[in-house]
Amino acid sequence: MSEAKLPADQKDPAADPLHSDRDHPVENKAAKGMTRRGFLKGAGVTAAGTALLEGAQVFSREALAATRGEVSGVKEYGPGPVQVSLQVNGKEQNVLIEPRSTLADALRLDLGLTGTKVVCDRGACSACTVLLDNVPINSCMTLAMDAVGHRVTTIEGLAKDGEMHPVQAAFVKHDALQCGFCTPGMVMTCSALLEKNPKPTEEDVRTAIAGNLCRCGTYPKIFAATLEVAGVSSPEVTPKA
Amino acid sequence: MATTKVPISTDVVSDVVAEAIPAGMEMVMMPVGIPGYTLRQEQRTIPATEPPVLPINADLKFIGRSPERWDGHAKVSGQARYTADVQLPGMLYAKFANSNVPHAKVVAVDTSAAEKVPGVKGVFVIENLLGSAKLLNPALDVSKYPIIRYAGQPIAAVAATSPQIAEDAARRIKIQYEARPFVVAMEQARQADAPMVFPGPANEEGTAGGGGGAADVPQTGNIHGPSVNTHGDVEQGFKEADVVVESHYTTQVQVHNALESHGVVADWKPGLLTVWASTQGTASVREGLAGFFRLPKSQVRVITEFMGGGFGAKFGPGNPGVVAAALSKQTGLPVRLMLDRKEEQLSVGNRPSSDQTLKIGARKDGTLTAVQLVSYGTAGCGTGAGCAGPATNMYQYDSLRTEENDVFTNAGPGTAFRAPGHPQGAFALEQTIDELAERLKMDPLDLRDKIDRNSARRVERQVIRESAIWKTRNAKPNVDSGHIKRGVGVAQGVWYRNISMDSAAEVRVHQDGSVEVLSAVQDIGGGIKTVMAQILSEQFGVPPQQVSVKIGDTNYPVGPNSGGSVTTASLTPAVRDAAWQAAQKFLAGVAPALGATPEDLVLVDGEVRSRSGKMAPITFRRAAAKMNTSEVSAQARRIPDYDRKAYETYGGVDVAEIEVDVEVGLIRVKRILAAHDCGRPMNPQQTKSQINGGVIQGMSYALYEDRLLDPNYGLMVNPNLDRYQIAGSREIPQIEVHLVQSYIGQSSTDASGIGEPGGIIATPAAIANAFYNATGVRMRSLPMTPAAVLTALAHSQQKKETA
Ligand code: FES
Ligand code: FES
Repeated sequence: MSEAKLPADQKDPAADPLHSDRDHPVENKAAKGMTRRGFLKGAGVTAAGTALLEGAQVFSREALAATRGEVSGVKEYGPGPVQVSLQVNGKEQNVLIEPRSTLADALRLDLGLTGTKVVCDRGACSACTVLLDNVPINSCMTLAMDAVGHRVTTIEGLAKDGEMHPVQAAFVKHDALQCGFCTPGMVMTCSALLEKNPKPTEEDVRTAIAGNLCRCGTYPKIFAATLEVAGVSSPEVTPKA
Repeated sequence: MATTKVPISTDVVSDVVAEAIPAGMEMVMMPVGIPGYTLRQEQRTIPATEPPVLPINADLKFIGRSPERWDGHAKVSGQARYTADVQLPGMLYAKFANSNVPHAKVVAVDTSAAEKVPGVKGVFVIENLLGSAKLLNPALDVSKYPIIRYAGQPIAAVAATSPQIAEDAARRIKIQYEARPFVVAMEQARQADAPMVFPGPANEEGTAGGGGGAADVPQTGNIHGPSVNTHGDVEQGFKEADVVVESHYTTQVQVHNALESHGVVADWKPGLLTVWASTQGTASVREGLAGFFRLPKSQVRVITEFMGGGFGAKFGPGNPGVVAAALSKQTGLPVRLMLDRKEEQLSVGNRPSSDQTLKIGARKDGTLTAVQLVSYGTAGCGTGAGCAGPATNMYQYDSLRTEENDVFTNAGPGTAFRAPGHPQGAFALEQTIDELAERLKMDPLDLRDKIDRNSARRVERQVIRESAIWKTRNAKPNVDSGHIKRGVGVAQGVWYRNISMDSAAEVRVHQDGSVEVLSAVQDIGGGIKTVMAQILSEQFGVPPQQVSVKIGDTNYPVGPNSGGSVTTASLTPAVRDAAWQAAQKFLAGVAPALGATPEDLVLVDGEVRSRSGKMAPITFRRAAAKMNTSEVSAQARRIPDYDRKAYETYGGVDVAEIEVDVEVGLIRVKRILAAHDCGRPMNPQQTKSQINGGVIQGMSYALYEDRLLDPNYGLMVNPNLDRYQIAGSREIPQIEVHLVQSYIGQSSTDASGIGEPGGIIATPAAIANAFYNATGVRMRSLPMTPAAVLTALAHSQQKKETA
C-alpha cells in the first residue's frame, strides 16, 4: 500500500455515471463537504426515517465545524498513506492507511477483522455495524481516521474470556441467522440496545435494528432472541394466529 | 433409531409378488402420509443395500429434532469466513469497468491510462460475455467486443494492489461506443417499431438453478415466444363453464440482493486453479471454469465454506468468476473480485416482470372447465419470464392453454429467483380463484378443496380453517367503515420434487470415536451442515456438535447445486447411506476384538449391542478404540427415488391479515399464518427459519420492491439498498409457521426441500386477496405501494360513480 494514490477529491464522478455516486443524496452531501462521517447509524434506511440517531452526536461538533468551514488548526492528511493507531477490541493497533479509507476497510483489509461485513457501502444496511465508544455506527460511513482516539468494538471483540455474549448465544439458540451475513451487524446493534436499554419492548428492538437489513428473513427470531436476553416476553414473538 | 427393517408379514406379500422382486432388491414398508391425518404404511421395492427404513420423526432422536445450527457459533462470532473475507498473500483486488449506456457497439477499449496507475498489475478486456441471451446467428451482429445490451454490462476489469487503486484505474479505462437506440420498458419493447435488442433469434441457457426460457420458439421483434402448452380443448371448456373470470395482472422486476454479492477469489497456479466463490453450486463453478478455460475438472478446485445468501442467481462462475481467473492467470497472483451493490443489482440477475391475462371457467360446483393464460414478461436481455407453473400444476381442470412470451429489453439478464415464475403466476391465479369463489358464492377454502387434489394442502387448508386468524375473516369484503380497513386473504403455492443425482457424501469413522462427513455441497443458509450432522448423530449416537461436517469444497465428493430446492432432498439420502455403510464397516472392524460376528452387532443410540445378547452393550467410542484399522469410510451417492411413478408436488397455504389505510394508501401486514409441507422436516427450526424468510421476501416483493429503469437514459434509478426498498424490521408481521409432516416414501431420509415452496409463492397473493377482503377492490398490479393503492381505490370509486 505504499504507492501514490489518487486523492479522493480528484475522483471525477462524471467520468462514468454508473460508477458515480451522483444519483445518491447522501453522497451529494459528501460532495458539498459534509463528508461521510456526518452520516452515521440510522440515517434514513429502509423506511422514510431521516433523523440522525445517537451515533451522530459523537462527531456532531466536528461535522458542524466542517460545514461552517472552520478549518483553521486542522491538520491535513494524505493523499498518501498515513500511520495511525486504532484502539480495536481493547488493543492499540498501528495501521498504515489512506486517509480516505473507511473504518470498515481498515478493519477488514488492514486488521483482518473480517467479521464486520460490507454490503451496501453507503449506510443503507448496517451490516458493517461496530461500536464506537459503545455506540453502534456504520463503519462503511466512518473514516478510519475519525475513529482514532475512540474505542472500537467489532463482532470479534464481543465475547468475553471465550464466553459468548448473551446476545450471541441467544441468536444461536433461536436460530436468528441463516446465511449469517447480516448477523454480525445485527448482533452488534442488539447488544448495544441492551446496554442502553436492558428492558426493551419488541417495538424498541424493531426500532434499534430498523437500519439492519436481512435478506434471509431472520427478523422474527432476532426479536425473540434479543427479548429473551432482556428477560422480556412478548406476545408478538410467540404469536398465536 | 430403529435399525431393523420393518418386517413384511407373509400374509401381506404373496409368494408370487415376492418372487417378482428383482435381484438385489427387497421389499419394505415405509411410512407414507400425514401423521394425525393420513399416515399409513406403503410398500416399496428398494435396493437391498439401502439402510433400514426410518420411522417418522416422533420416533427418532436427532433427525426431525432441532439441534442448534451447526455453524451458528462461527456465524455469530464473526469467525465464519465468507468469500468476501478470503485474503491471500499478495492478493490483488479487481474491479470492473461497466457500460454506462444501455445499448451500443463497443468500437474501442483503451486501457493504457489504467495500466499506468501505480499499483495496477493486470488489465483484462472481456471478449466472451456470460449471462445474456446469445444470437443464434452471430453473423448478424459482428463485433470484436460483446454488444452492450444493458447499462452496467461489464466490459473490462483491472487488478491492483488495493481496492481503491483498482477503482481509480477502472475509471480510467476509456470506452468508445457506437450508441444504438434502446428500449427498457416492456410495453414499448412489444411494439412493432421498437428498437431491437437482438437483430435476430436469441436464446439464453438456463443455469443449474433453472431460469432461461424456451429455446425452440418463434421470435418476432423483441418478442421471444410464445411457448405454448395445451391440454384438452379450452374453447369447449369455456362453453361448458357457468362462470368465467378473466383479468389482467402485472408484476414488477425484483432484484435478488443476497447480502453477500457475487464474487470470487481466484488463485491460478500451474496445475491447479483454486477459486473461492460465493455460489449456490461449487460443482457449477468448477464445471463452468473448466469449460471456459478448457482445463480438466481435476485441475479446478472450488471452495465455498460460508456463503452470504443466494436466491437463484449464483450458479456457475459468471463474468466475475472467469474475469478473476483470467486476471490471476495473467498476473500470477490471487485475485479477489467481489461486485459492489450497484453491479449486483444491474448485472447478475433478477426476477423477470410479468403481464398476464388469465381466464378461468368453472361450473357451478366449482370444478374448473378451462384455464387459459397468455403471459409476457421481460428478463431484460435474457429469457425465462414464463409464469404458467401455478396455473398448470396447482389445480385440476378439464382443459388448459398457456402461452408464455419473453420480451427482450435493454436491461440486465433475468435469472432464476426463488421459485422462478411462481410468485408472479400465483399472484394472478390465486386472485382469480378468490374471485371465482365469490362469484360461485363458495368459501375460498372450500372451492380449493374441490379443485386441488394435493393431500398435504388439504390438511394445510384445514389448519387455516381452524385458525383464529381465519375465523376473524369477514366473508363480505369492505365492511370496515373507518379509514383503516382490515382484511384477511388466503392463497396457495405449488412446487416440485427436484432431485439432483450429482449428490454424494463420504462418512469416516476414526479409531478415537470421532466421525466426519464430507461433501462438496454448499450451505447457502438453509442449514444443510446441521442436517448432515443430525444424520450422523442418528447413526452413531454422537451429538451433532461433535460431528465434523466438511463441505463446500470440490475436493470432497460431488454435491448438488442448491437450486430448485434440491439440496436436502438430494443429498441427505446419500449422507445417510454413507453413514449406514460406514457403520456396517465399523461393526465388521470391531467384531473380532469384541469376540462377535458382524451380523450379531448393531449400532443403536451410541452403543454397540449384540442382537443375540451374547455381549454386554459397549459405547460407540469405546468400541471404536478396538477398530482394526485407524479409519473406516464409505462413500455413497444418491440413488433414484424409490417410487418414481409417484410424482410429488409440495406447497403451502398462507393466510394474511392486513390493514389498509385508505386515506394514505398504506398496507400493513399484521399477521401471516403459513402452513407448509416439505416431506420429512429434517430440522423443523431451520425449516421454519426458511419459511419465515420466504414469507418476508414474498411480502417485500408484494409491497416494496421494484427495479426502476429510467426510460430516457436506460439507467437503473435505484441501484442500491437505500432506494431499492426491501422489508425491514418495522414492516415484519407476526409470522406463525405450521409445518405439516408429509411422508412420501421416496428415499432413505424421505426429505424434501422448502426454499421455494415456503412463503415466496403464496404470500404475495394472500396479501392481495386480503386487500380485496379489506376494501372490495382488486390490486392487479405489483408492488402495492401507497401510490398504487390510492390509484386503484380512486379508479374503483370512479367506476362506481359513472355506473
Ligand atoms: S451500512 Fe455499511 S455496508 Fe451497508
Ligand atoms: S441471515 Fe442472511 S442476510 Fe440475514
